[in-house]
Amino acid sequence: MSAAIGNTILSLPDQSTAQIPKRNYINNEHGLLSWLLTGDHKRIAILYLISITFFFFIGGAFAGLIRLELLTPQPDLVSSDTYNKFFTMHGIIMIFLFLVPSVPATLGNFLIPIMLGAKDLAFPKINLLSWYLYVIGGTLTLAALVLGGVDTGWTFTTPLSTHYLNTHVITAAMAIFIAGFASIFTGLNFIVTIHRMRCPGMTWFRMPLFVWAHYAASLLMVLGTPVLAIALVLVALERLFGIGVFDPTKGGDPLLFQHLFWFYSHPAVYIMILPGMGVISEVISTFSRKRIFGYTAVAFSSVAIALFGFFVWEHHMFIMGVSNYSALVFSLLTMLVAVPSAIKIFNWAFTLQKGSITFETPMLYSFGFMGLFTIGGLTGVFLGSLGMDIHLTETYFIVAHFHFVMVGGMLMAFLAGIHFWWPKMTGRMYPESLSKLAAVTTFIGFNLTFLPQFILGYLGMPRRYHAYPPEFQVLNVLSTAGATVLGVGYMLPMLYLAWSLKYGAIAGDNPWQATGLEWQIQSPPLTENFTETPIMDHEAYDYEWLANKTKNEVTTVG
Amino acid sequence: MGLSPVLWQFLVKWLHNSSLFPAEASGISPYVDALYFFLVLMTIVGTALVAVLMLVFSIRYRREKNPVATQIEGSTLLEATWTIIPLAIFLVTFVWGALLYFRIYDPPANAMNIYIVGKQWMWKAEHPGGQHEINALHVPLGKPVQLTMISQDVFHSFSIPDFRIKREAIPGRYTTVWFEATQVGTYHLFCTQYCGTQHSGMVGEVTVMTPENYKKWLEQSTSGQSLAQNGERLFASMGCNSCHSGTAAARGPSLAGVYGSKLTLTDGSQILVDDAYLRDAILNPSRHVTAGFAPIMPTYQGQLSEDGLIDLVEFIKNLQSNYRVQQTFMTSASGESAPTTPPQGTTETVNP
Repeated sequence: MSAAIGNTILSLPDQSTAQIPKRNYINNEHGLLSWLLTGDHKRIAILYLISITFFFFIGGAFAGLIRLELLTPQPDLVSSDTYNKFFTMHGIIMIFLFLVPSVPATLGNFLIPIMLGAKDLAFPKINLLSWYLYVIGGTLTLAALVLGGVDTGWTFTTPLSTHYLNTHVITAAMAIFIAGFASIFTGLNFIVTIHRMRCPGMTWFRMPLFVWAHYAASLLMVLGTPVLAIALVLVALERLFGIGVFDPTKGGDPLLFQHLFWFYSHPAVYIMILPGMGVISEVISTFSRKRIFGYTAVAFSSVAIALFGFFVWEHHMFIMGVSNYSALVFSLLTMLVAVPSAIKIFNWAFTLQKGSITFETPMLYSFGFMGLFTIGGLTGVFLGSLGMDIHLTETYFIVAHFHFVMVGGMLMAFLAGIHFWWPKMTGRMYPESLSKLAAVTTFIGFNLTFLPQFILGYLGMPRRYHAYPPEFQVLNVLSTAGATVLGVGYMLPMLYLAWSLKYGAIAGDNPWQATGLEWQIQSPPLTENFTETPIMDHEAYDYEWLANKTKNEVTTVG
Repeated sequence: MGLSPVLWQFLVKWLHNSSLFPAEASGISPYVDALYFFLVLMTIVGTALVAVLMLVFSIRYRREKNPVATQIEGSTLLEATWTIIPLAIFLVTFVWGALLYFRIYDPPANAMNIYIVGKQWMWKAEHPGGQHEINALHVPLGKPVQLTMISQDVFHSFSIPDFRIKREAIPGRYTTVWFEATQVGTYHLFCTQYCGTQHSGMVGEVTVMTPENYKKWLEQSTSGQSLAQNGERLFASMGCNSCHSGTAAARGPSLAGVYGSKLTLTDGSQILVDDAYLRDAILNPSRHVTAGFAPIMPTYQGQLSEDGLIDLVEFIKNLQSNYRVQQTFMTSASGESAPTTPPQGTTETVNP
């Protein structure tokens, strides 16, 4: 290995002779129907990728409009009702149609069978069904939007949503109900696949951490989503027939809705973040050429997050008149759920130690993730602390906190993953320097947008406000300026990734010299993934095994 | 620097009028801020630690410097360290936050009570003396004030950032919060729970006044009738006194002095009579039948506004004897002529 050591591990085949493999999952069959009726997990992943990207930009447009309105203290861009519809649509689309399916339905769908050495997911047709459910859910959301919008906020708080609004609440609730089943089916598929379809030699503790993270997230999807579905059905029934489950004048309890809603919606944040953590584990390991520090701890911390994640929901209700003592219990559990995340962060940081680090785009996004997720996680401790929560909840502090976790964390992880596996999914490289620029732009734009919101929150600016006192303007202007930069940061990948589909360099099988099974097959993969069932005879992230294998290959060819 | 002086002045003024930190205008504020600074410090140190680790490792172990990685499986000692230390810090935060929480939500016994009714889209404050205010709240300096809140429609949330307090106003149940203002001035009052179209218009001002000025304000703003007086009228007009007359033959329990007492219900359970209990007993009487009485009281659900309920609660709270109850009842029963005050003891002969 006397080759000159550069600042990249990128190893591409000779571009003058390299070609995309003649037979692969993309050109195996042709025509629109071959995509719409496919059972191939990789094609379904691509279908999902296209649809969630579409919804991401719609949700993003609403974010832009919200920030534009908040440029001035006066409610001067749109009416209050319209503004309320903006943030409702932003929330519904971003959470249910982008964040929840983002990594699992695209990268997870594409990679989990390959990482396990399987041909496909356990139930390919259910996998396709889940995409159709997603599309129906998305279409209904768009219908609610086009018919005049909905202004419940994404939280559907009763009795506002059941008795006081004349917008398309039921349409939106139905959309989320149906999209929820897409999520349940994806989770179910993953769980069964991980249990039953691992290739010979692929023991639980040889699985990549990406798979572990998805396993934990899938448990949450399968166990949590039905509760949301029930809550939304009850909202619809109460609206239509006044059954009185949540209506205090009929003996119902409005707090019951809060319990049901957050019983899903708190675990939902782990549904959103865990798969992202899986991505980060793969990327950090690959670009520091090292096995993840404390593999077992990282794997179990995912499961611990999933477990504890179910028992903290009441921390969304500390000021709602719940009993002081139950608040105490939920605050304590909230503190406990923060610990596994801290473990992960430090394990990733120490993976870098004594590594051989390079800084390709996925790594930059991962670094962004680690920084922003740390801030997002620690500001969560503010909100888990009872006395502090009273002042901070329902203000911009909480907005900033969950955007740090969901956007700074999850979206960064999603982009890290998309860049990392783009060569595998398409067979072509993205343009490196442009994408580095995008990663840095996103990081700067993100901080400029959301750091001022922490200060606004401590000042007491309430969330979901259309107008605000003039002394809050400076910070809001900064935030809006940041959102503009952030918007550019998100447009760039969209453009250059599309460009790379035709003009990107041919990637070859393993451009990153990574160890995962997915990198040992051609890019893009064959429809059946492997020509013969692989046998896992080494641990995950075994770079020595990879070096030996590469050496042998060279010998054979020479 | 080429910037026009007009623009410069505008910028200076603009920044000068901007706030970066809320005023500390209540007794609890300094304590909340202390926890906040501790947490901010924790965040800065934690983030800096992660950033420094990443930076140092990135420089020392970048590929140019360290072409071959050394594989490390992990380290139980290190991992235990970064499990235990964050856990310890989080537990400190938990205890600290819990202490504050109990302080903010447990009012002292001597607190004066003001009722707050939230409705789309306004805050109505009702002082015991009968003063009403909309989207405003006047409170005296240096005296603990308890707010008993309820919403007439959807969830609202009553927030005074400069006091660091906030409480959800919920339909169908009372919630409470208290504070002690420590600085004269006016402060923002926000509704922080999204409540429909005019959510961001559901704002107001809290005015903290010296006790003397507050007294003056109370005198100037009174409507002439205290809440309890309103409640007494309502008590008579709704016919409550026909059963709750305090006589031995009465079909309902006597309400004099009931507030704050422990009541035994027909199912044998004991319950403390507070504002919330009184309100619920009026609206859902069948759920709260006092031992020894028949479940005959009809529900008043839908017949009383939240303001009316507050009046009634305030009336019952202050009811020390049944004398006036019986008097008003007999006045209405006998029709035309107002009777003279009957001597105590003869009331038993009165048959409604």
